[in-house]
Amino acid sequence: MTKNIMIVGVGGQGSLLASKLLGRLLVDEGYDVKVSEVHGMSQRGGSVVTYVRFGEKVYSPVIENGEADFIVSFEKIEAARYVENLKKDGTIIVNTQQIDPMPVIIGAATYPEDIIGEMKNKGIHVDDIDALALANEAGSSKACNIVLMGRLAKYFDMPKEKWLTAIEKCVKPQFVEINKKAFDLGYNC
Amino acid sequence: MKDLLIGNAAVARGLYEGGCAVISSYPGTPSTEITEFFAKYNDVYCEWAPNEKVAMEAAFGSALRGKRSACCMKHVGLNVAADPLFTMSYTGVNAGIVICVADDPGMHSSQNEQDSRHYAIAAKIPMLEPSDSQEALDYAKLAYEISEQFDTPVFLKMCTRVAHSQSIVELGERTEITKDYTKNPQKYIMTPGNALKRHPFVEQRTEKLIKYAETSPLNRVEDGDGNRDFGIITSSTSYQYVKEAFGDSVAVLKLGMINPLPVKLIKDFAAKVGKVYVIEELDPIVETHCKNIGVEVIGKDKFSILGEFSQKSIEQAFEMADKTVFNLDTEIPVRPPMMCSGCPHRGMYYVLAKNKITVLGDIGCYTLGAAPPLNALDMTLCMGASVSGLHGYNKAGGDQTENNTVCVIGDSTFMHSGVTGLINIAYNQSNSTVIILDNSITGMTGHQQNPTTGYSIKGDPAGKVNLEDLCHSIGINSVRVVDPYNLEECETVLKEELAKNEPSVIISRRPCVLLKYVKPKKPLYVDPEKCRGCKKCMKFGCPSISFRDGHAVVDTTLCVGCGVCAQLCPFDAFESEVPSND
Repeated sequence: MTKNIMIVGVGGQGSLLASKLLGRLLVDEGYDVKVSEVHGMSQRGGSVVTYVRFGEKVYSPVIENGEADFIVSFEKIEAARYVENLKKDGTIIVNTQQIDPMPVIIGAATYPEDIIGEMKNKGIHVDDIDALALANEAGSSKACNIVLMGRLAKYFDMPKEKWLTAIEKCVKPQFVEINKKAFDLGYNC
Repeated sequence: MKDLLIGNAAVARGLYEGGCAVISSYPGTPSTEITEFFAKYNDVYCEWAPNEKVAMEAAFGSALRGKRSACCMKHVGLNVAADPLFTMSYTGVNAGIVICVADDPGMHSSQNEQDSRHYAIAAKIPMLEPSDSQEALDYAKLAYEISEQFDTPVFLKMCTRVAHSQSIVELGERTEITKDYTKNPQKYIMTPGNALKRHPFVEQRTEKLIKYAETSPLNRVEDGDGNRDFGIITSSTSYQYVKEAFGDSVAVLKLGMINPLPVKLIKDFAAKVGKVYVIEELDPIVETHCKNIGVEVIGKDKFSILGEFSQKSIEQAFEMADKTVFNLDTEIPVRPPMMCSGCPHRGMYYVLAKNKITVLGDIGCYTLGAAPPLNALDMTLCMGASVSGLHGYNKAGGDQTENNTVCVIGDSTFMHSGVTGLINIAYNQSNSTVIILDNSITGMTGHQQNPTTGYSIKGDPAGKVNLEDLCHSIGINSVRVVDPYNLEECETVLKEELAKNEPSVIISRRPCVLLKYVKPKKPLYVDPEKCRGCKKCMKFGCPSISFRDGHAVVDTTLCVGCGVCAQLCPFDAFESEVPSND
């Protein structure tokens, strides 16, 4: 059975490393894997989405409505933007950080007040964490992505060590310790 | 060895294994990474050319000399390279040539949704179309064999989803191929006398290629588990969506070679099943071919001519059950892409918008100046069109437009095809003001070097075009350089140059803030005592500035301290030092 993970956020937040880590881990585990993202214009501070699919045999590189087992969101309203993609029994892992999009900055739109509350009220399983604070605790605000991967790992039936090995393979040697710490903070919070 | 590679990296690997010795390309999403990945191999030559036509001709020259070559571009880049393309079909090749072209259905990063397969048909050149990374690698390699066997350049057609999706590939070994060069005027000098003799060759070649397509493993029938009510003909990423939706429950004719298309293979497939559906993104190329050979198919009546497909498009078309989904009541604000914090383009755009200047735009990050709150652009068409368009606009508008209209074009786009438009301005003397937004890099496609940066694709020192000297040498007397972080300077020079009764160029020069060598300054801070909430700084559209509790606030994680907002504030509320707590 193919499993579907979406990583969503704002261009520049580091979703690339998160998907690289997942890809590495899943290939090493012997799964067929497809990872799909769109490069270019959307990266300039726009809404970005990466699809990660794995299983015995994966065909489509994209995840459609009602198909995602997990949505890992780097920002509050980005989780809500893709909520249609979630399976009925899926989980949203969301960083509680708020980043105003341009229409909000210039006053043409308002940032929803309690979007996480609304998602929970709809019966969605939402796992909200302050990943930015945990990343800072690990030593770098840029490690938000790995905090969230640590959180995702909790839902996986896979030894933690395998994730840590994948981190070693994916990040530069000087950043391995910070990222392992970030992973642990996400895993244990 | 197995690896998880994006389609473009797999193409690069396939070209490398296939013995490609020379690649010349111009960047363009979603094709850019092919050339970037190829540049990582040491024993081959790789370059960014000023544009796609130059790149294709360089690839042609390499193949003529006897080394396998390639050039890579996005779909609209192929328009630029169309001139050599059509005649290369006549000359054929010595060593093989692969032309990689990447379409962008859904227009993630493009100005149109054209279907490159039309070029393969029009230029009578074979085209292969992979559906995942393994096929991208295998087809790139095979393309060289076809190229040399049939004496033709070969297209490798990608699309955004295949180019930017990672899947598992098996890596192989590289083959080295060198052909001798022998002078052969009848084949390589396309005067009418010679070309007349080459045209029949091209037609005969297509006949041979159709025979090849009938039995090539590139086109395969997957029988499925016996359902014969209908069958599907498909290719590229659409094949993956079909398999996702149906698994092995239907018969599929999967086409890996999209030009020329087989005849017997399609007729035999159609005879085995009831209805035949053709599922292809964009234009009805395969559908039209099937109808032309007398095979009844259902295509664009059921599957859109617009945008990208997914498994959902297939499931909806076949009325399969919808999956249940969550819906929220709250409207989620859109998050469009925008110019970065500290982007040097923003200062110049602010000045243009403030002075209500008509701005003809071009292709690059700076196209984002069209978005609110700056709304600074009036037109964007294609690479270089801002400059040549401005000339025509001013020839038509005369003194009604000359002093209130400019064009903006980036350094890389100017090198690509803006300079010829500027030559026209200098030669035919329109009173035009051209602004070159020189951020010293090709920005939108992800930081590629270009002829103005002084570095090669590998980051080694290279030749460097001096923009001021270039403009002077083609006959522009008035060339000014401004710093877009200095609003007053930009406004003064803009007004002076617009007032002049001659062609002029303003070079707005400051490197892209995302470049590694550009060190950010300390973030600014808004003194809430001084800020009166006039929102003047919000008109600038900087993503670092937001409005909370009646005054502006700077996001210090985003701000790079460019200081332009401080020039806008009438109350000097922007401070360069965050006050300490004591």
